[in-house]
Amino acid sequence: MSERVAVRKTYKLFIGGKFPRSESGRSYLVQDSNVSLASRKDARDAVVAARAAVKGWAGATAYNRGQILYRVAEMLEGRREQFVALGVPADEVDAATDRWVWYAGWSDKLPQVYGGANPVAGPYFNLSAPEPTGVVAVVAPEAPALLGLVSVIAPAIVTGNTVVVAASPAAPLAAVTLAEVLATSDLPGGVVNILTGRLPETVPTLAAHMDVNAIDLTGVTDPELAADLEVKAAENLKRVLRPAPQGHDWSADPGLGRMTSLLETKTVWHPKGV
Amino acid sequence: MFEYAPAPESRSVVDLKPSYGLFIDGKFVDPADGSSFKSINPASEEVLAEVAEGGAQDVDRAVRAARKAYEKVWGPMPGRDRAKYLFRIARIIQERSRELAVLESLDNGKPIRESRDVDLPLVAAHFFYYAGWADKLEYAGFGRRPTSQQSGTSPQPLGVAAQVIPWNFPLLMLAWKIAPALAAGNTVVLKPAETTPLTALLFAEICQQADLPAGVVNIVTGAGETGRALIEHDGVDKVAFTGSTDVGRAIARAVAGSRKKLTLELGGKAANIVFDDAPVDQAVEGIVNGIFFNQGHVCCAGSRLLIQESVAEQVLESLKRRMAQLRLGDPLDKNTDIGAINSAAQLSRIRELTEAGAAEGAQQWSPPCELPDRGFWFAPTIFTGVTQAHRIAREEIFGPVLSVLTFRTPAEAVEKANNTPYGLSAGIWTEKGSRILWMADRLRAGVVWANTFNKFDPTSPFGGYKESGYGREGGRHGLEAYLNV
Amino acid sequence: MTATATSARSDLSELGRSETALRTFLHGLPGVDQVGAEQRAAQLGTRSIKTTAKAEAIDLAIRMVDLTTLEGADTPGKVRALAAKALRPDPADPSCPHVGAVCVYPAMVPYVAEVLRGSAVHLASVATSFPSGQAPLEIKLADTRAAVEAGADEIDMVINRGAFLAGRYSEVYDEIVATKHACGDAHLKVILETGELATYDNVRRASWLAMLAGGDFIKTSTGKVPVAATLPVTLVMLEAVRDFRAATGRQVGVKPAGGIKTTKDAIKYLVMVNETVGPDWLHPDWFRFGASSLLNDLLMQRTKLTTGVYAGPDYFTLD
Repeated sequence: MSERVAVRKTYKLFIGGKFPRSESGRSYLVQDSNVSLASRKDARDAVVAARAAVKGWAGATAYNRGQILYRVAEMLEGRREQFVALGVPADEVDAATDRWVWYAGWSDKLPQVYGGANPVAGPYFNLSAPEPTGVVAVVAPEAPALLGLVSVIAPAIVTGNTVVVAASPAAPLAAVTLAEVLATSDLPGGVVNILTGRLPETVPTLAAHMDVNAIDLTGVTDPELAADLEVKAAENLKRVLRPAPQGHDWSADPGLGRMTSLLETKTVWHPKGV
Repeated sequence: MFEYAPAPESRSVVDLKPSYGLFIDGKFVDPADGSSFKSINPASEEVLAEVAEGGAQDVDRAVRAARKAYEKVWGPMPGRDRAKYLFRIARIIQERSRELAVLESLDNGKPIRESRDVDLPLVAAHFFYYAGWADKLEYAGFGRRPTSQQSGTSPQPLGVAAQVIPWNFPLLMLAWKIAPALAAGNTVVLKPAETTPLTALLFAEICQQADLPAGVVNIVTGAGETGRALIEHDGVDKVAFTGSTDVGRAIARAVAGSRKKLTLELGGKAANIVFDDAPVDQAVEGIVNGIFFNQGHVCCAGSRLLIQESVAEQVLESLKRRMAQLRLGDPLDKNTDIGAINSAAQLSRIRELTEAGAAEGAQQWSPPCELPDRGFWFAPTIFTGVTQAHRIAREEIFGPVLSVLTFRTPAEAVEKANNTPYGLSAGIWTEKGSRILWMADRLRAGVVWANTFNKFDPTSPFGGYKESGYGREGGRHGLEAYLNV
Repeated sequence: MTATATSARSDLSELGRSETALRTFLHGLPGVDQVGAEQRAAQLGTRSIKTTAKAEAIDLAIRMVDLTTLEGADTPGKVRALAAKALRPDPADPSCPHVGAVCVYPAMVPYVAEVLRGSAVHLASVATSFPSGQAPLEIKLADTRAAVEAGADEIDMVINRGAFLAGRYSEVYDEIVATKHACGDAHLKVILETGELATYDNVRRASWLAMLAGGDFIKTSTGKVPVAATLPVTLVMLEAVRDFRAATGRQVGVKPAGGIKTTKDAIKYLVMVNETVGPDWLHPDWFRFGASSLLNDLLMQRTKLTTGVYAGPDYFTLD
């Protein structure tokens, strides 16, 4: 009896909840698999999908977003072996799952610790509340492939942003596999979009895109590229998260910074009178 | 007719020197190359004083002084002692408020009623508010263990802050910048606008009077080049800027790839939205306050009036009647509502845009209003028949010019209000509470005033979405801009 | 939004015929935001009125005073003296104008009338069971007729606040109409007693109700409850008379009463009139101060302006 022939997976992009190939028809080889080589046009399509998802995702209740993120963690747990098979250490998968759970719980708590009533000197009700900034472009770190990825996506979306993630060119399989997790959870299409391929091809497009509100340069290791992207981002005054310092400890408590730096604070005033 | 006799505030309370040096390391010093410029009274074009123009060398000297003070004195100082210096400054500002208000009106052209009743009380309040934070930073709520914290339990300051401020609220913007920076433990080099440097220099004297350690506050006067040298200086850890979006963009590019943390408070084109069930008399006051306060030189000015079409005529009629009561003239007259435009350059910008508005077919209206012969003046103006496509509906005029548009439904109001690259502020006028909250949720703006407008408070965060900048000033959020969190 | 614009003139006269129409109309008036109204009033209060403007304002304010005494202890002698003072507030200075009116209880009207006969000073009397208004309508109307017959040419009536607060607008309306009828040729000032109306929305509604029913003046207060005239209340009433004239073409006067004691206060009101309704109302026919001690302060300030020296209370009569 001959050995069963395996069904191999095609690793495609993740845009608007679907898995299209790159419109450029190109791919590159990673760990013996063909991975889509996203083009500038794919990057623009991903921004359109992310923008279209903002209204529904930002408008969802915090409770709802928290539940959906928790559902992502459930799905992630279920695919533990799949990530391990890709070479992600088991304890990293566990840590990534725990991080989803940690961020999931923030959805309805961050506005309480990061906003609140301001005691202004006058007869006014005055309340500051955080709101998502909108569409965030994210350059994922190369390592740790899954924990790093989760650590940049979850804080961006838990507060209601949508993201276009440029996966690390060297470690895209974890990203595309995470996309499968997201696609099978209840996350609305377009909230997370994942591009694989070369950073210099897609990221400058995202940095210069006038319909992107913020850019997280965490995974950019070339300081010159980072500076160039920051210059491009200045065109519409994107909020910029600079690259992570060398040797950043991804297992440490991430604090609030990743969430708060992708938020706007809105302050509403109203007179108090009869 | 009941004519109000002139009621000028006395300017004798201000003792101006003929010339001012740079305030570096606790002393007034001459600039390295001896350059200077003149600060004039925009209401009369009279020269008020000669002011030093700081060059790259002076900026370097100031940054070094700030660094030394940060490392040797201010950084290591316990928060409770920093607090006491800030409280001292707040008290001196209160004691000298009349002098500061008169000088502000002289140098800026704003009515004394506003510098006395709005600017100065807020300046003192800002120092009072942030003074109290200096010894409570660990309670400011930036997380249990901020990611980049070096040591200890308290969030750490950033170091030396370069601060560049505009001419519309010279002393108030100084307070917004200096008070939180110092409370958090930073030292500062501040560059006031070239048309309004004088109250900052009087503030330097107040720092001396408060015995603030040398180098904690440095004031380097000058124009754009001075500001550029400051923000590009390698010794700077933090850049804070308030001003135009174009300059903000250039600063964002200039600090790209550096370690400098950046906050920007830039332009705006706020929609002030009036519904058919608005408290109409207060709405008209809010419209007037929204666009004519400080001659419209306000980044968060309600420069686009969106009126529900069903009541547009009545609201406009009330607005015009109210505008006819505005008193334009001598900024030091206690009854003046509209003072002078701050500079010839700003006046020509306002003229250019209003001419464009008229040329594009919008209808221009101003109440009968006599403009003084000398100085820079512009009558309060409204444009009706404006559409979203007009330049006057899109570009920030930064003057007493209101563009009036109409809408039919709440959704259309939101859509029009958000249809701008800016996102600093917005106004809503309706007596229906649930509609206010529905609107407030959807408006992409950092400050939403409902049934009021142009209200400020040190506890209340202020700052924009989109191209109106990033970061917040005021409140707990304002501290974050000056801490390593 | 404003009643001024949405209601045709002919509609307004019909409103009083139905409780529903009246209620719908009054509740359709634009709301008043308390904080905004108070801030506007405070801002107007910062106007600085000096030198010539102050002199002009003081003389105007004197001409607008309804010199008032409404005490149980009022006697013929007391009100005669008051009337004499109304005619010549500053006996030492013949250039000083007389006041607008003398305001007394109906029983005191005959004594005041004797003194004022032939002068331009009006004679006002509170009627309709002042200050509570809690009497049967017939008695209130008899009270009014008696005052007019005795010589009053202005009647200050109180509205039925109980009925107003209970939402029985027609009842209030009908009483005003009946009182106006009882007044004959005398001018009717309708006292809203704003201190009991609690909100500016109510002040605006009561103002319109009084004007729709035919009042010639709307007046803030009796002076007999803790909160009398205030600047913001007067602002709301001025806005009402402004809008009412725009809607109907009929001009109605405004009278803040009670608590206005100093020249500084009075000038704030005049500034408010000037900048809210304009010069058409800057005349004793259209704006009055219900006051007693205000007059002496106006006289003291007037003397200061003419002589350059601050006077003392001993130099002015205490009637």
